[in-house]
Amino acid sequence: MTPVLEARNLKRDYHIPGSLLKKGKTVHAVKGVSFKVEQGKTLSIVGESGCGKSTLARMVTMIDPVTSGEMLIDGQKVDIAAEPLSSDMRSKVQIVFQNPYGSLNPRKKIGDILTEPLIINTKIPAAERRDRAMAMLKKVGLEEKHYSRYPHMFSGGQRQRVAIARALMLNPRLLVLDEPVSALDLSVQAQVLNLLADLQEEFHLTYVFISHDLSVVRHISDDVMVMYFGEAVEYGSRDQVFNDPQHSYTKTLFAATPRVDVEAIKARLERRKRA
Amino acid sequence: MSLLEIQNLVVEFQTASGPFRAVDGVSLKVDEGEVLAIVGESGSGKSVSMLAAMGLLPWTAKVTADKLLFNGRDLQAMSDRDRRKIIGKEISMIFQEPVASLNPCFTVGYQIEEVLRVHTDLDRKARWDRAIELFQLVGIPNPEERLGHYPHQMSGGQCQRVMIATALACNPKLLIADEPTTALDVTIQKQILDLLMKLQAEHGMGLIMITHDMGVVAETADRVIVQYKGRKIEEADVLSLFESPKSVYTKALLSALPENAVGGRLPTITEKLTDQQIFEGAVR
Ligand SMILES: Nc1ncnc2c1ncn2[C@@H]1O[C@H](COP(=O)(O)OP(=O)(O)OP(=O)(O)O)[C@@H](O)[C@H]1O
Ligand SMILES: Nc1ncnc2c1ncn2[C@@H]1O[C@H](COP(=O)(O)OP(=O)(O)OP(=O)(O)O)[C@@H](O)[C@H]1O
Ligand SMILES: [Mg+2]
Ligand SMILES: [Mg+2]
Repeated sequence: MTPVLEARNLKRDYHIPGSLLKKGKTVHAVKGVSFKVEQGKTLSIVGESGCGKSTLARMVTMIDPVTSGEMLIDGQKVDIAAEPLSSDMRSKVQIVFQNPYGSLNPRKKIGDILTEPLIINTKIPAAERRDRAMAMLKKVGLEEKHYSRYPHMFSGGQRQRVAIARALMLNPRLLVLDEPVSALDLSVQAQVLNLLADLQEEFHLTYVFISHDLSVVRHISDDVMVMYFGEAVEYGSRDQVFNDPQHSYTKTLFAATPRVDVEAIKARLERRKRA
Repeated sequence: MSLLEIQNLVVEFQTASGPFRAVDGVSLKVDEGEVLAIVGESGSGKSVSMLAAMGLLPWTAKVTADKLLFNGRDLQAMSDRDRRKIIGKEISMIFQEPVASLNPCFTVGYQIEEVLRVHTDLDRKARWDRAIELFQLVGIPNPEERLGHYPHQMSGGQCQRVMIATALACNPKLLIADEPTTALDVTIQKQILDLLMKLQAEHGMGLIMITHDMGVVAETADRVIVQYKGRKIEEADVLSLFESPKSVYTKALLSALPENAVGGRLPTITEKLTDQQIFEGAVR
């Protein structure tokens, strides 16, 4: 089967412009990363803050061009630097951005935010657009009364759900989620993760899931890639990566995960008392 | 005397569908050198209650409280001018959405220096040195270079660390950290939590830690408040909360950890409990 997404040696540099006094500089944010995701599967990407995960996400969703390397979606090569994207391709791949607030237009009501992708990319009539947006609001655990509110009237977690709802409006094939649940409490996080699982089952959705929460990653992934300073230092099935991590960064990562464990709390309080 | 004392805080927003009570009679106290964690579901009024205490809500919010004291001083009776002198210096806040809280038009170095310029009498050189020191503390590599970057040139977690550095710039007496590590991987999260705990122990800083991450609560808090739909549901010292949670809501909250998933489904709380059950099961 052709994978939904294949990346071959993707690289991305950023140029930081210089000034009169300072020379410009190039940051190699992603330094040659390759992976494949089959339909209906979830690839998780974890890694240190600043290691290039969001940069990779923006390349995969064709927002930023690649500096070099190849990307194939459904076996079809895409290069936004060479030719403009078809609207078909645009609706196929959607992203939920890392910072929900910045990605929602503060001057638009939630209803308009949700129906906008339908207006741009489809010919669906207004009444149906509204129905679909309402249905989606409920799907992500929000209510009809939220339809006519502005983004600033929501809590952080509610805004994150709006962003997820918006990404789902076009029935994408591939959904890139950049830290989609890190702002959510456990209950809403569970709701969103269950929702993502349902949608995956129902529509055979494919996910690229960026997260630093290892317990979440362990729960939802088929494959896991660990990035470190722009490189993939570990890539394999979930069980491989979790049961037998190879790279020292992966091991450090597992060791640093905070534990909800009464004995650990007792030990900490003891240390605190002594200090 | 408590560092911060809030009694019966109520916050109401005017919305198109009538007034909405986001915070419904919350009381809390934080002492010097104490870490209070506030946990609770998304939308339960955690951020709003803290923003209200600091006078940072928009005019559509109606805020009332029986008591709102910082270091014994009445924040409600204070003039805006006096309050501004305290906020940002003696009380500072790490806002929930770091990227949105930074000004996209200025370099991060300028933004942190500006805070130091307003609230301290350090000269230019000293401010620059302090900014570098703060960036080092929060683990941003190449601080000299990074200070010259704009927010959009930094990753989500780097922006969050800039926010943290800014909030710590003036050695606040009380730090309100609203989901301070959501954009950070566990290794850097650990570094940041260790830093906060160190400052807290060394300077006796009071710390209010708003978080949904039970691991963060377990690793930092002395006391915990559990909130639901604007009300306090349970308050306990950290060990009791984890060892023997009393309210049905807290019990459900702890069992919703992804580690406890059964057969691919994660347990959610609101599917199982009604508001009435949650409020009636409250232990205050
Ligand atoms: N527009 C830009 N110009 C210059 N440098 C950039 C730009 N965007 C990102 N970078 C740099 O590229 C590197 C990778 O950033 P990226 O946002 O991909 O990291 P990330 O893995 O998503 O981190 P986080 O977990 O903190 O969100 C960082 O060092 C960042 O400072
Ligand atoms: N300006 C506003 N107008 C109307 N309602 C608002 C406004 N700001 C916040 N709210 C509502 O107040 C409630 C509490 O919001 P708050 O931001 O305090 O939640 P929170 O507990 O911090 O949640 P999260 O964990 O998602 O950040 C939410 O239901 C939110 O929709
Ligand atoms: Mg990122
Ligand atoms: Mg909040």
